[in-house]
Amino acid sequence: MMQTALHAHKREHISTFSRQKRRETLVGYSFVTPAVLLLIFFLVLPFLLAVVFGFTKFNLLRPDKIHFTGLDNYKLLFTDGLFYKSLWNTLYFTVIVVPVQSGVALMLALLVNNSLKLRNVFRIAYFSPVVTSMTVIAILWISLYNPNEGLINSALHFFGISNQPFLRSSSQAMNSIIFMSVWQAAGYQMMIFLAGLQGISKDLYEASSIDGASKLQQLRYITIPSLYNVTVFVLTITTIQAVKLFVQPYIMTNGGPENSTRTLALLIYQQGFQFRNAGYASAISVIFFLIVVLISFSMKKFLRDK
Amino acid sequence: MRNTRTKVLLYALNIIMSLLFIIPLLWMVVSSLKPENQIFADLSSLKSLLPLHITLDNYRMAFERIPLMKFLFNSLFYVSVICISGLGVNSICGYALAKLRFRGSEFILVCIIALMIVPFESILMPLYLVVNALHWVNTWFALIVPFIANCFSIFMFRQFFMDIPNEILESASIDGSGPLKTFASIVVPLSGPVFATVFILDFISHWGDFMWPILVTTGESLRNIQLGIQTFFTLPPIYYGQIMATLTFTTVPIIVLFLLLQKYYVQGITSAGIKG
Repeated sequence: MMQTALHAHKREHISTFSRQKRRETLVGYSFVTPAVLLLIFFLVLPFLLAVVFGFTKFNLLRPDKIHFTGLDNYKLLFTDGLFYKSLWNTLYFTVIVVPVQSGVALMLALLVNNSLKLRNVFRIAYFSPVVTSMTVIAILWISLYNPNEGLINSALHFFGISNQPFLRSSSQAMNSIIFMSVWQAAGYQMMIFLAGLQGISKDLYEASSIDGASKLQQLRYITIPSLYNVTVFVLTITTIQAVKLFVQPYIMTNGGPENSTRTLALLIYQQGFQFRNAGYASAISVIFFLIVVLISFSMKKFLRDK
Repeated sequence: MRNTRTKVLLYALNIIMSLLFIIPLLWMVVSSLKPENQIFADLSSLKSLLPLHITLDNYRMAFERIPLMKFLFNSLFYVSVICISGLGVNSICGYALAKLRFRGSEFILVCIIALMIVPFESILMPLYLVVNALHWVNTWFALIVPFIANCFSIFMFRQFFMDIPNEILESASIDGSGPLKTFASIVVPLSGPVFATVFILDFISHWGDFMWPILVTTGESLRNIQLGIQTFFTLPPIYYGQIMATLTFTTVPIIVLFLLLQKYYVQGITSAGIKG
């Protein structure tokens, strides 16, 4: 008798438990469904289509007439001078921007990580280009870089330097875009470094200054090693941002002069939407995606190997 | 003594660097307030940064030449809709992934983290085809719907909700409140900061949208402010004063929003950085 009651109790317990579990599953699915459906339709599906379209040839305006062409797009890609040029420009931009921008950002973070009364004013000054949209920045800097009557040439005159062509010259255009991009985004990385600096325990500095360490030694042996993870993170996001370079050359130079500022993202856009080679553009998109994955994974490895 | 010297040095370096960062923006604002010929007359001297001949003519003329208010409204409208509907969809998904146990939730979480890596540029073409197939080109749907769900936002929400103690949620469910009610009446009020953070990160990134709106809007009616100023810039005759006026006008709303929600924006950037 006693035992049956116990059994009954147990059974009831199990069944409420499983009912509750079933209910939680139902609620869980209904909570994730809107987001998951949207992601499937507007992220996963387009991504899979990009991979498939990479093996086809078709006009953007006639998606009903798709021809499978196997690896033709990729073969074409690796003989296309413009692809190599764009790849090179993208890598050049990335290789210069990442260390320069992160270096400037770290320096700015060190400059404002203190008890100066005006430190918040300085922080906002460094950060203000970040919140200004890239379109505004690009148009503003076309004016600043104007070869005849731009502010920068006027400033250079002051130092006795003659007029520079900047965006109009194939040797200066990319460097001009680099300079502007560093100016625009350094404040963003500065904020991340600043948070990293403020996370370092004050005790370390106190202990080391009792031991007679100089400010420079503290920087070398405490600050920089403590920032390892933050630095890897900053380098990762800066690199991924950098390989996506698009708006600046699109607005400022349209890839010119002489293709000196044509980047992979710009090439995808032009092949796809100007020349309507949807298949070829998809193949470039796939290569572009692989580059981003490669960067992310190698950076993750750095984080783990620490 | 040594302390004072460090301070002076820090101030000097900071002032020099700040000027480098602020002068282009200052020139933009000051030039927008000057008559056209004065901008060029002042260019080679410090006067180019001083508002000496203030006039609002550039603004008036720019407003006459292009429908700036309409572009501004379009931007504010579609970006707000993306962000607000995104808060709903992403927060509830993040909540389920953080607090509810169900088959497949781990898998969904891993997929969402993996999808963060896919760059928008590499799905641009097929996304256009999807939107085109839905007959959404040149409608608000094309500008809004594809961007409501956002992997990064879901992840931010999930991380935040993980820290809410289970006891609070359990006591609510013992009191008989359903899961949606628990979420709305217990979780949301506790989570103001993460909602503000996700909102402003999303808002600022979509405010700058440029590539996508070019593709999916064909006429002026849906164009956002970024496209508006870009077309204005290429529209002869080119007057620098008017261009600077439109740039300044475009920047003001975002600066206001930033100043209002500054704390959360910076928190969002840095928390992503520290947690990696």
